[in-house]
Amino acid sequence: MTDSALREIADDPSSRKRFFKMLGGAGAVSAATVFLAACGDDDEAAAPPAASEVKDNNNSDLKVLNYALTLEFLEADFYKQVIASGLVKDAKVASLAKKFGQTEQEHVEALSATIKKLGGKPVDAPKTKFQPTLDKGLKAVLETAATVENLGAAAYLGQAGNIKSKEVLAAALAIHSVEARHAAALNILVGRGFGDGKGGLEGALPDGAFAKPMSEAAVLKAVKPFLA
Amino acid sequence: MATSRLVAPELASIKVQGLTREAFLMRSTLAAGAAYGAMSATGLISSALADAGGGDVDILNYALTLEFLETEFYTRAAKQVKGLSKYESDLTKELRDNEGAHVDALTATIKQLGGKPAAKPMFQFGGAFASRTAYLKTANVLEDTGVSAYNGAAPMIKSVDVLAAAGSIVQVEARHAAMIRLVRDRPPAPRSFDAASEMDEILKAVKPFIKG
Repeated sequence: MTDSALREIADDPSSRKRFFKMLGGAGAVSAATVFLAACGDDDEAAAPPAASEVKDNNNSDLKVLNYALTLEFLEADFYKQVIASGLVKDAKVASLAKKFGQTEQEHVEALSATIKKLGGKPVDAPKTKFQPTLDKGLKAVLETAATVENLGAAAYLGQAGNIKSKEVLAAALAIHSVEARHAAALNILVGRGFGDGKGGLEGALPDGAFAKPMSEAAVLKAVKPFLA
Repeated sequence: MATSRLVAPELASIKVQGLTREAFLMRSTLAAGAAYGAMSATGLISSALADAGGGDVDILNYALTLEFLETEFYTRAAKQVKGLSKYESDLTKELRDNEGAHVDALTATIKQLGGKPAAKPMFQFGGAFASRTAYLKTANVLEDTGVSAYNGAAPMIKSVDVLAAAGSIVQVEARHAAMIRLVRDRPPAPRSFDAASEMDEILKAVKPFIKG
């Protein structure tokens, strides 16, 4: 089991580059500060790459960052609409939704700041279509949140290999594990348990002991129903 | 796992937070010495600095040691902790099995890289299993520590394949942390951006759990 699980991970085209460490673990540091710091000083010890390569890598990272930003916009807007709908009556669940929504908004701000810092233009927030989900009631809403968070975690894991800058990678990694936390908590809350461990987007541990990444194409297909 | 990709040449010196890779390894192995005793540190340093390809094995052995710790912790918890609900008991066994799978995967990877898997240390958990509360609190600390350990060590990994495995495992550790926190009625995701810890911080944090 072990070997095949690892081989699946190794064969997946998603993880081609190093994750690099972002600055420390200080909780007091604001999101934007962490990102800007992480994207600041480059690696002075490495041989300077050709200017054209730097530009290509930068453009490539900007694409990934804007893709991530689109997903974060989607998540942040969903939580906003859920809270505004008044569907969540339970204080504990409401506080969780609010906290998760705030976190997604911080991811939006941090990603936007990073894109600007790299000389790019943050994408506009997509027009969303959550009303049909909201109309189905609280259970459907929370289940959708649980699914979307699993999607988010898989999406970040799937981009690791596409990111060229170690600093951007480090930042992505710090978001990745937070999406995973959201996903696990929501899947437990909606009563899905651990999941069958065989993949898919349902359950707190949908892939068992080894999380699987998702490609951008698969993620965009999955979120299509939520885009207006 | 494609061996050819594992031995791809990498930059000789990678700078992270002002530290070169060699300095990071030296510092970390010295910290390991503090945790495991001077003799083993000597061995670790020589293997860390023996050649440029040794780093991933050292990082994998560091991860393996943490996974050994977690596996042993949940194995004992499943047998010893009284007063767990059905769900909490199921969760304990699920986490035990996941961590055990991580141990197996890391061990296999180290061998594939031609390295020698670290021996399982002797662990001690004090009063962690005396009550449900004590157990869950320690589990919470261990899982959050695991996440920050992987997030912190991943940057030092040279092989893309090893990195892929680490990314896959850290996501699962984060899920564990959230589930344990939920059971404790704590915020499952307290930060918007998870922490990344240095190896020496982590080794210091887990030192009380390692005997002698």
